[in-house]
Amino acid sequence: MHVRNRSLAATLAACFALSIGIGIHAPALADEPGVSATEILLGGLHPYSGPASAYAAIGKGALAYFSYVNDKGGVHGRKITYKDLDDAYSPPQAIQLTKQLVEQDHVFAMFDTLGTPSCSAIRPYLNDNGVPQLFVATGASTWGSDSAKYPWTIGWQPDYQSEAIVYAHYLLKEDSNPKIAVLYQNDDYGDDYMAGLKFGLGAKASAIIKTAAYEVTDPSVSSQIAALKSSGADTLFIFATPKFSIQALVAAAQQSWHARIFLNSVSASQTILGAATKAGGVDATKGVISTQYLKDPSEPKWDGDSGMKLYREIMAKYLPGADTNNGFFTYGMAVAYTMVDTLEHAGKNPTRKTLMDAAIHLSERDNPFVLPGIIVHTTPKDRFPIDQQQLARYDGARFSSFGSLISGRGR
Amino acid sequence: MHDLAQQIVSGLATGSIFASMALALVLIYRSMGVMNFAQGEMAMFTTYLAWQFVEQGMPLWVAFPLTIAIAFAGAVAIERIIVRPVEGGSPLTVVILTLGLLITFNGLAGWIWGYTVRTFPSPFPTTPLHIGSVAFSSQDLGIIAVSLASLGAISLFFQKTKVGLAMRAAALYPESSRALGVRVGWMLALGWGLAAAVGALSGLMIAPVELLDPNMMQGILVYAFASAVLGGIESPVGAVVGGLSLGVVLNLLGAYVPFIGNELQLTTAFAIIVVILLFRPAGLFGRRSMQRV
Amino acid sequence: MKGEGLRKYAGVVLIALILALLPRFVPSYAAFELTFVGAYAIGILGLSILTGASGQISLGHGALFAIGGYTVAILGQKLGVPYWVSLPLATIAGGIVGLGLGLVALRLEGIYLALATFALAVATPSTLKHFRSLTGGSQGIVLAPLAVPGPFHGLLTSEQWLYYVTWVLAGALFFATSVALSGRLGRSLRALRDNEVAAVSFGINPQRYKTLAFAWSAAYAGLAGAIVAIATAFVSPDTYSVALSLSLVTGAVLGGLGTLWGALLGGVIVEFLPLLVQKVNPAAPSVVYGVALILFMIFLPGGIGRAIQSGLNSLRLRRETNHART
Repeated sequence: MHVRNRSLAATLAACFALSIGIGIHAPALADEPGVSATEILLGGLHPYSGPASAYAAIGKGALAYFSYVNDKGGVHGRKITYKDLDDAYSPPQAIQLTKQLVEQDHVFAMFDTLGTPSCSAIRPYLNDNGVPQLFVATGASTWGSDSAKYPWTIGWQPDYQSEAIVYAHYLLKEDSNPKIAVLYQNDDYGDDYMAGLKFGLGAKASAIIKTAAYEVTDPSVSSQIAALKSSGADTLFIFATPKFSIQALVAAAQQSWHARIFLNSVSASQTILGAATKAGGVDATKGVISTQYLKDPSEPKWDGDSGMKLYREIMAKYLPGADTNNGFFTYGMAVAYTMVDTLEHAGKNPTRKTLMDAAIHLSERDNPFVLPGIIVHTTPKDRFPIDQQQLARYDGARFSSFGSLISGRGR
Repeated sequence: MHDLAQQIVSGLATGSIFASMALALVLIYRSMGVMNFAQGEMAMFTTYLAWQFVEQGMPLWVAFPLTIAIAFAGAVAIERIIVRPVEGGSPLTVVILTLGLLITFNGLAGWIWGYTVRTFPSPFPTTPLHIGSVAFSSQDLGIIAVSLASLGAISLFFQKTKVGLAMRAAALYPESSRALGVRVGWMLALGWGLAAAVGALSGLMIAPVELLDPNMMQGILVYAFASAVLGGIESPVGAVVGGLSLGVVLNLLGAYVPFIGNELQLTTAFAIIVVILLFRPAGLFGRRSMQRV
Repeated sequence: MKGEGLRKYAGVVLIALILALLPRFVPSYAAFELTFVGAYAIGILGLSILTGASGQISLGHGALFAIGGYTVAILGQKLGVPYWVSLPLATIAGGIVGLGLGLVALRLEGIYLALATFALAVATPSTLKHFRSLTGGSQGIVLAPLAVPGPFHGLLTSEQWLYYVTWVLAGALFFATSVALSGRLGRSLRALRDNEVAAVSFGINPQRYKTLAFAWSAAYAGLAGAIVAIATAFVSPDTYSVALSLSLVTGAVLGGLGTLWGALLGGVIVEFLPLLVQKVNPAAPSVVYGVALILFMIFLPGGIGRAIQSGLNSLRLRRETNHART
């Protein structure tokens, strides 16, 4: 008798502890989830662990900007709390954390969720529940082009396809019969760029005479470069993340392949090209063309710029010791700026509906972290907030922009 | 065909990366009978240490030996403190322990130094070299040369020195060695230290080509395993030959067999591991061990 | 005697009762997370059989999750197969692949098997991407939401329905496994694990049992992968990275290999340890995770399950000694 009760009690106690652990509680609901008199609660997902952890800097940059805004009084008198969780770039983790953020923490909206797999996994749920999924941190074109099916989701950065279209149009102006080779990362990122390039080339898509993909687990891309070079192409597109871009540039130089090179913007920062120059010589990077839309903190030409000064102030105060040359921090602040702008336009008593409305009626001209002249602009029909980009050419030491701001989709 | 020659040479270059890590793996296996899944991450971590030294202004010829010494000492300490408690246990316990080391070192490097890709200084000049129209870098040559030199040094150590002999004895016949006065525990620690030193050297050689980032070794680890298995998991010579061959084979398959292309390289490495283990478990250079009943 | 038997089942019945009533009291997303616990527990049960009962190490069970997940996704989205059909098919698919792996595994020992399965785990995402016309490549496949069937419509949310399906399946499988392991099958496997040579001389056919163990554990993993896919409503190659395989093994070992409670605990660990670790150190969760693994292996290599078991055993011993004394 005695003994049975004791083990029963122990099991009961364990189960009770377990249930507390999962957090059974029903917090008092505000009228609008995530909005109180003093606070706005936003949810976020970034990979703080695992192979994609480099991108976590974006979330940290956004957090720093929000802290800055909060210290100045917040938005309509409310402080922004950004609960940014680690989804380890895993869709099952992403969907669970999102449900937690929406159903337990009652976030007002999801902001700056990162990674196409995670964002794709949570998109149906958020749309079914009318939770805004704002300014997702990936350049996949689907966030803008599938808005009829998923009206609560919107991207932010210039999408990969339109970037490739910008390159294609420029190339055809310079050379009506190029012979094109493409190195691309073997995932949705690379696939999107390829699609954009083909679309932008239009009738001349057959100018692409050879493509080669690489996996992020590949130790080097020199084999791919050799294969691409042997096709006789005179133009090389590199759609790769920083490490592989550097390897590709160096390999091309080593193999004495003097092609006209287009490099995707994610890998086109001063720091990265400087590294490629160091490793492969000036030949590796001279003449490389890319696009920009953010101010690159490692480029000295922005040193006197007020936006860059603000960036450095915020970094010094809220992320001391972090590497200010890391453009991901700039990205985070830039997109947080747009978020604050949207919150302001959502009104003094924002609801998810007014927030989403504000997000699809943006006309933001004064984002201090994007290139001068870029307008963050949306309409219900045009859900690509930033599609203006600036072509720039690297001379072996510096980028210099040329031409005017171009819109990738001609919108 | 120039193209083929270029692919082969690039393959040798990549293969030398595999070879140098495979050498470290083989050393651990010979001394302990286990695979250290954390070998790559430990090498990456020590390479970051070297980077830090160079950043502080230390010249390369001081930073490199210092890093290797730290790697040696650190690994000995890890073996004595962390690995020793689980030595007698099941192989799975040791595997999980090394996985824990892998995750810890990876996270630690990311935490301390961040995830931005960095260049790493090379002791060799960066101008490309040519044989005819086939290009390669002196760094690639350097990796092969250093791997061969390490191989030579290790072989000499195991065949000709008393300590080396004691290490081999301790690994194969721990009980008898103990009876003969060999400090088996310290031999194991020495094995770890040596493997880490080779790994550190390999990291220093690889980093200029691979570029420094906390995840640089993860892809390489499987290829290094495949190389070790191909060459014979107990044979240092096999590790080097296996690595070089694997690099060339993968490159050629990738360039000339469209079905495999560049996507299935890892799968190919896996298939190689399985096929070798099934049909010739001793690899190219290993000795077949018989289990007497 | 009778008291003991009842006591053993009291724990199980209580857990079952709690699980059955939980969705009434916890928010839907918590039931959602517990569904994952159940799925991982099923997968780890399989792994536990393989390693604990038959002594074969697999670091590649994530690949079998992928088989299960993609089977359900492809059958559902390309052929319109409903989940109640594709779930068993995913289990069978896992079993068939496991049979193949098991045949290969026969020739590989200990560390070599660990190596080969590790390579399998690492190679899985790129292989999935390669067959893009089938798998959707890196875009992945969005799955149809799980519909709650007629009689339960309105009573349960889709998440709660999946929760019950998962835990009923888990309960059934745990029970079946317990029965199988305590019988001849279990004894043969354990004999093979402990001393293969002796077992063979007793007439136990190692090929048959070891392959069977692999197929069995792979079937469980396929089922688990299918459930995770349905719950997430999305599959992509990145979901099945090597990290998944490693966390399954970690959960199995930390929970306690070869024990049923250990598999259940393993499921809890795989699901909640990453979340817990984030709270301890949000800046470097991997460091905490890695250090935790190392400490566990040094101090509790048998896993939590065994520690609890030996704790309970020594408690019982002390109690019986006291009883005997009085």
